[in-house]
Amino acid sequence: MALILFAARRLFYAAILVIGVLVLSFLLIRLAPGDPVDTLAGQMGGMTEEIRAGLRSEYGLDQPTLVQLGIYLERFASGNLGYSYFFNLPVLSLILQRLPATLLLVLTALVVAVLSGTTLGVLASRRPNGLLSQFITVVSVIGYSAPVFWTGMLLIILFASVIPILPVSGMTAAAVSGGWLLDSVDVAHHLVLPAVSLAVVYLAQYSRLTRASMLDVLGSDYVRTARAKGLEERKVFFKHAFRNAMLPIITIVGLQFGNLLAGAIVVETVFNWPGLGRLAFDSVLRRDYPTLLGLLFFSSLLVIVANQLVDVCYRLADPRIKAS
Amino acid sequence: MFARSPVAVCGLVLLVAILLVSLIGPLVYVADPFDIVAAPLSPPFSEGALLGSDQQGRDVLTGLIYGGRATLTVGAAAALISVVIGITIGAVAGYFGGTVDEALMRFTEFFQVLPSLLFAMVLVTLFSPTLTTVVLAIGVVSWPGTARLTRAEFLKIKQYDFVAAELAIGARRGRIMWKVILPNALPPLVVSATLAVGAAILFEASLSFLGLGDPNRMSWGLMIGSSRSYMLSSWWAVTFPGLMIFLTVLAVSLIGDGLNDALNPKLRERR
Repeated sequence: MALILFAARRLFYAAILVIGVLVLSFLLIRLAPGDPVDTLAGQMGGMTEEIRAGLRSEYGLDQPTLVQLGIYLERFASGNLGYSYFFNLPVLSLILQRLPATLLLVLTALVVAVLSGTTLGVLASRRPNGLLSQFITVVSVIGYSAPVFWTGMLLIILFASVIPILPVSGMTAAAVSGGWLLDSVDVAHHLVLPAVSLAVVYLAQYSRLTRASMLDVLGSDYVRTARAKGLEERKVFFKHAFRNAMLPIITIVGLQFGNLLAGAIVVETVFNWPGLGRLAFDSVLRRDYPTLLGLLFFSSLLVIVANQLVDVCYRLADPRIKAS
Repeated sequence: MFARSPVAVCGLVLLVAILLVSLIGPLVYVADPFDIVAAPLSPPFSEGALLGSDQQGRDVLTGLIYGGRATLTVGAAAALISVVIGITIGAVAGYFGGTVDEALMRFTEFFQVLPSLLFAMVLVTLFSPTLTTVVLAIGVVSWPGTARLTRAEFLKIKQYDFVAAELAIGARRGRIMWKVILPNALPPLVVSATLAVGAAILFEASLSFLGLGDPNRMSWGLMIGSSRSYMLSSWWAVTFPGLMIFLTVLAVSLIGDGLNDALNPKLRERR
């Protein structure tokens, strides 16, 4: 019962956040200089008077502002994210077309960053002043300070001219279709560099955080108790310490999912990865506002969903919270 | 404490050097970073282009010297905005608690959900890409972290006896918030503000790299973005500006780390 109530509450807040994003983008269209019709059409050249009139009535731009807002919300609620005149496609289908590429990139980077980050952090916590600990501190400061697009470009320069073993652009080789197995290998091959560039920043942060968190937990009373009652070190380390030390990491992963998507914009642009980030870059270049606003809405939705999932993970991982 | 940490001192020296080059460099070395001075894509050590030239024949070194101003100005101004918004909202939420806190935290959560870079891209694309728009866009999206930190500090400090004493002698609310609690909350906030500067610089660099900075002002991000298609034929045109961004953010992070060690006594004991 408590779990259902908890879920219902989260869902309610999530819905309010989604509506908030929509109201915000509506306000932006109204506040932007120029005719909202131009904004909604994405400033394409030579737009006929017919299209303008059509848009005006479709969005109810001759109605009072509140009615316009109602129409705007209703359109999004029914899954109509607008029409991209540049790509000549509904924004929703455009986004769904590009979504798998971005999810593949972002989730791969996330898994790599979390797995190797926590492993390094745990190893470093065994010797708080050891070589690995110092290495992690240095690498995390460097990883944080280097702009993602720059690391990506350095990798491209390195792998394009010096050691050409990895593809540096796109998601597939030009004309490959050797069955699903070969195709997947091809995509994975193309995935390496973009995923690594994106993962490096977070890998560094997670390893540092895990180390700090483990040290914190290892010094706590319940770990001392566990040791005092004669539990073997392995169990103390993994069952008592590690599980509790992971809680702040889970929180950070949730909070940073939005940043990860932001990183994807830059990385996809650098590596010509055909995902949502590349779409965002292209629609900025073309002043394709419907696509841009649709992307803003859709990525907020992704972040909200991710946060809900993280909340669930947190409840599963935290031994103190029991869904009774 | 700060001066004893060699790493933090290195960061400070590095930052001062970058500031000197960026602020005084253009006064000493007068040139137009948009001028064509050499053959396009000249490698480093060419005549007239010590660090090479880009695809239009613009000098990379001049770009480095002039590009710092935009990056550093935007970084500092945007960080200032984000810290001011963050401290105000966090302080009010933490001090008053209850419904005010709940409402402000929902508001903060909303801005945390909003994908910041994309939102800034929308803002800058809809309005014009001037320095002011870029500063506002970065400031408006990057305050939630500071707000949460400030709130947590206020929640903690307002329970201390010296706050109760102020209340007992009938001090006004404004005095308690800004003159009593805030100074005691400053150490972690100073560290967070330092890191905010680094984050804002990276943010500005990403925006200009994506072509959303002010196109009439040379900046390190703009240099990288405009030479992106030529990176394989002219590595120098993207490597050097990126190195400047990296060194600047590195300097700021090192200072932040040093301040953290100096201002956070809990951590100091652990060492």
